[in-house]
Amino acid sequence: MLNPNGRELLKRIALYTSVTIAACWILAPIIISLLYGFASPEDYYDKYKVIPLHFTFKHVYELLFVLDSFRAVLNSLAVALGTIALSFLLGLPAGYALAKFVFPGKDTLKLLIVVTRMFPIMVIAVPLTVLYIRIGLSDTLIGLVLAHTAMSLPFVVLITSSIFAGIPTDYEEAAMVFGLSRVSSFLRITLPLALPGLAATAMFTFIISWNEVFIASVLMLVNRTLPAHILTMVTYGCPDYYKFAAISIMVLPAMSFVLIARKYLISMWGITIR
Amino acid sequence: MAQAVALASSGPGGLIANVANMLADPYFYEALTNTLLLAAMIIPLQVALALGFALLINTKFPGYNILLYILVLPLTISDVAAGLIWYSMLSPYGFLNKFLIDLRILKRPIYFFGYQFKRMEYLAIVITEVWRATAIVFVIILAGLQMISKEYLEAAEVFGAGSLQRLKHITLPLLKPSLQAALIIRTLFAFQVFGQVWILAGRDVPVLAGEAYYQQVEIKNYGRAALYSLIIAVLSMAVGWFYIRFLKSTYIEGG
Amino acid sequence: MVEVKLRGVKKYFGKVRAVDGISLDIRDGEFIVLLGPSGCGKTTTLRCIAGLEKVDGGRIYFGNRDVTYLPPKERNVSMVFQSYAVWPHMTVYDNIAFPLKIRKYPKAEIKRKVKWASELLRIDDLLDRYPHQLSGGQRQRVAVARAIVIEPEVLLMDEPLSNLDALLRVKMRSELKKLQRDLKVTTVYVTHDQVEAMTMGDRIAVMDRGKILQVGSPEEIYLKPANVFVAGFVGSPQMNFFKVKVEEGIKLSSSFISFKPPTELREKLKPYLDRYLILGIRPEHIYLRGYEPPNLKEVVKVKGHVDFIELLGSDTIIHVKAGNDTLLVKVPMRVNVNLGGVIEVMLDLRQINLFDEVKGEAVR
Repeated sequence: MLNPNGRELLKRIALYTSVTIAACWILAPIIISLLYGFASPEDYYDKYKVIPLHFTFKHVYELLFVLDSFRAVLNSLAVALGTIALSFLLGLPAGYALAKFVFPGKDTLKLLIVVTRMFPIMVIAVPLTVLYIRIGLSDTLIGLVLAHTAMSLPFVVLITSSIFAGIPTDYEEAAMVFGLSRVSSFLRITLPLALPGLAATAMFTFIISWNEVFIASVLMLVNRTLPAHILTMVTYGCPDYYKFAAISIMVLPAMSFVLIARKYLISMWGITIR
Repeated sequence: MAQAVALASSGPGGLIANVANMLADPYFYEALTNTLLLAAMIIPLQVALALGFALLINTKFPGYNILLYILVLPLTISDVAAGLIWYSMLSPYGFLNKFLIDLRILKRPIYFFGYQFKRMEYLAIVITEVWRATAIVFVIILAGLQMISKEYLEAAEVFGAGSLQRLKHITLPLLKPSLQAALIIRTLFAFQVFGQVWILAGRDVPVLAGEAYYQQVEIKNYGRAALYSLIIAVLSMAVGWFYIRFLKSTYIEGG
Repeated sequence: MVEVKLRGVKKYFGKVRAVDGISLDIRDGEFIVLLGPSGCGKTTTLRCIAGLEKVDGGRIYFGNRDVTYLPPKERNVSMVFQSYAVWPHMTVYDNIAFPLKIRKYPKAEIKRKVKWASELLRIDDLLDRYPHQLSGGQRQRVAVARAIVIEPEVLLMDEPLSNLDALLRVKMRSELKKLQRDLKVTTVYVTHDQVEAMTMGDRIAVMDRGKILQVGSPEEIYLKPANVFVAGFVGSPQMNFFKVKVEEGIKLSSSFISFKPPTELREKLKPYLDRYLILGIRPEHIYLRGYEPPNLKEVVKVKGHVDFIELLGSDTIIHVKAGNDTLLVKVPMRVNVNLGGVIEVMLDLRQINLFDEVKGEAVR
């Protein structure tokens, strides 16, 4: 049989082959569709050009400005930022409280939060629309921000609570002994230490809101966010190249965020799971 | 939020009538079957794939960080975008077809889309979903895998277990809680498939969420839409209960 | 039951030479201890013997078998890990039975052996419990039972007692040693605790920075250390060290005394004339008048004053400041000494050790 060194080599080859296959499997579709988004129509419809050689920004441009996608992008952006702001406003104090204080019903509260997260959002989407129509929030960005916040709030609370739990209370107490009030010790000691984790959480919330499609489509008619907008566009039929152009604007912002904060995101995700 | 849940239960307009309507609608059964079928096909594939990825990453080969980032990338991509991406890959003028034609393996392109190619549309959806959502399962399993102390595996190695035996006796049992969590989350989300199906197949392949959307936005029958959503919720809860009941592991990670 | 030979074993981690050419002959059935501070390479050496680390040079033999490139499972070794590594998802029975199951022993045989091993470690009543239901000490015994159940050729133990509380540790020391003696299995035991090494080892190999500094019985290591490091590492409280200069007529002089060493030593000191050496003497070999052993012959008297007193219970350690140096003197408890007062002690010249100042090697 193979001597130990031969076996080692074989294992190594198998390892790197799998790695390459895995990487290509994920990357290839993304890169290709991005390329297609910028491809000139002649190259695209040409049967023999596997990879487009001529590029144009025409489609992306048209998509954005002629087909009204730019407004959708702005809407998505606004909603995402609003969601971050609101869920942080509500979630941060809750997360902090969950981490630092012991109060009756704490564990059940935690469980409740986790359960809400698992609840399919579809269920609230429809009655929410009805409700909104009555209140007059239908088709408004604010309405969507509220909905998205409801979606991401449990997530934010859970993660910020583990972030804060990870910062030793000793630091705050030392600050208080040396003269700061509880609030200012939070602001000047804990918050800066928590900042990286909070930044990652913000990015994650952004991605969730940016990509959310169902509620956005159901809730909004005119002021649509990007995914919803693209969805309707595609349903009513549109030339392929617009579809591809859409990919780049939908995908690039989120991907670049993840590039910046990848390590955090993975540990965050792991923490969420009980 | 809690309010909305209450509203859902009262599905506006005669509840009974709506239910009867829905049951009579052929689309409903298709939607139900499709949703379940898709889940049944996709989830095992994803778990196996995710497990493979996790084990691969865990060997911590040089450069594993880069692969990690790549594998996690799909998490940032919405289901609509994923649908579009694979559309570009699989459409008649898409990459796959052109590539195969170029290599003279095919004469004419494989059609994945269009009403007459329902089977292929199914395949496209499965591919897209596996591509996109494996990352979630992968991350959970990886987290669980990394929590397994290296010494447990070393001890097994010293006492005579080969790689496969170590996997079977030590790694997998200790991975059970992660697998359970991953399965629950994945299944719950699987029942909500919407964007990619809509993009790739429209109403050719009805799914529960898709029908809910359709009822709500196109037909403006809120009652029926609410009902569809409720079905999803009921399914989710049933599955959640099932998983927790039957897949619970009883030990505590000690030292 | 086999002898283990290490020949020039090397293991590098990048630039760090964790194991830097170790050669050692371990006799069949011997209990040898690898002793040294953290980072000296003792655990790495153990892992090389186990096969958990691939050596970068040298060879390892079990008897006549060259096991250097064999994976652990083909070496017939057993190991007790520092953290015990008792698998949490298996019962005690399954944990102990694992090595047998993997080797495909018949079920009845497995049952018999597990019973034997668990009785030996007195955990036979815990067989269907899970690790999280056990105390640390119990888990440790599971780890040991699991290691002996296949009657291995070589038994390896990586600081198995370090996670136990002090009382339990003392108890387990004797239990483990007795067990080994009954089983007669060649055992390599790693620790940084010199008390463990002294009480348990048939021989001790003192290591530092990837190299073995001295191998010998506990008495040899204690009374005839081969260099300054070994002398200082073994023995509590630590051996006293101070500089002496070798002078004409062969006298040794330090900052506070000048004396003639025993006759046998004077010849050996001739090459060191006009140079400095380090003199080492253990605290228990310095005596107060009235408390010296009856057959004490050659002494040198030192006058100093009492700087500090440590009461240990059965003994007292007096810190005596003389000249530029401080000597630690171990005396029986009942001694009455005044802090700050003048004191005269006697150094037993038969028990002094001299070491080369630069290389640290003993002058014998």
